Amino acid sequence: MFSQLRFLVQLGRAEHIARRYFVTNGFDGALTMLGLTMGFYAGGGVATPVAISACLGAAVALGVSGLASAYMSEAAEREKELHELEQALVGNLEASAHARAARLIPLIIAAVNGFAPLFLALLIMLPLWLSEAGVPLPLAPLPCAIMVAFLVLFLLGVFLGSVSGRFWLWSGLRMLAIALVTAGLILWLEN
Amino acid sequence: MSAVKRIVLDVLKPLDPDALAFASAIADRHPGCRVTVTVSEVDAKTETTLVTVEGDAIVYDDLAATIGSLGASVHSIDAVEVSSADQPGR
Repeated sequence: MFSQLRFLVQLGRAEHIARRYFVTNGFDGALTMLGLTMGFYAGGGVATPVAISACLGAAVALGVSGLASAYMSEAAEREKELHELEQALVGNLEASAHARAARLIPLIIAAVNGFAPLFLALLIMLPLWLSEAGVPLPLAPLPCAIMVAFLVLFLLGVFLGSVSGRFWLWSGLRMLAIALVTAGLILWLEN
Repeated sequence: MSAVKRIVLDVLKPLDPDALAFASAIADRHPGCRVTVTVSEVDAKTETTLVTVEGDAIVYDDLAATIGSLGASVHSIDAVEVSSADQPGR
């Protein structure tokens, strides 16, 4: 079962596509949360339950958007590829591993694309949840969430560095710089 | 009762899985068989191969079904070696 799944993932070249989607949409999710929390912070702050509701709404929307968009685009691409392959082979591939991969891979990629922003957004929201639960934090909930967002984006950069074989710190700092520029831009616009 | 010991098939297969993964997948599904895949022609999306399978008792229909499940199709049986049960050592 597992070896069959691995064979289909290899056949569908799903691993590197899923990795790319994870970073792309994970980055979107983390940066959106940074934008929201920075907006709340620069606007003078809001009650934590309001911030949680707004962030949760955005996180769920990002997750559903990632799930649906990736599934629809991947399914269409895979169907097209399968059809072209059938034409090249002059045969029906409906019972083949290629057809199974064409059905399975969009589901895997959609799950990764939807899960990545949702997971990272929930991670960034963690200080808000903890604050509401009465857990003492070193900073106010919003600055804490902003710090977590910076950390998450830095770690995404580190992950990219490990994928590309570049120096992890440089890659992480580059991602952090993007996050800092975004935060600075929001602060500048709000003031 | 005769048994197929060796069979050579002309197979048109997609580029993916490659020859290594293709041969491994056939061997995995037919334990005890020795599989050789020789690529003779490569096109944009497909390649023509000669698939040689050696074993004690190869069941052609099962082999063709395996090849079909990997997205490939058998064009012809190019060679076959069959031995009867009362020929020891074959």
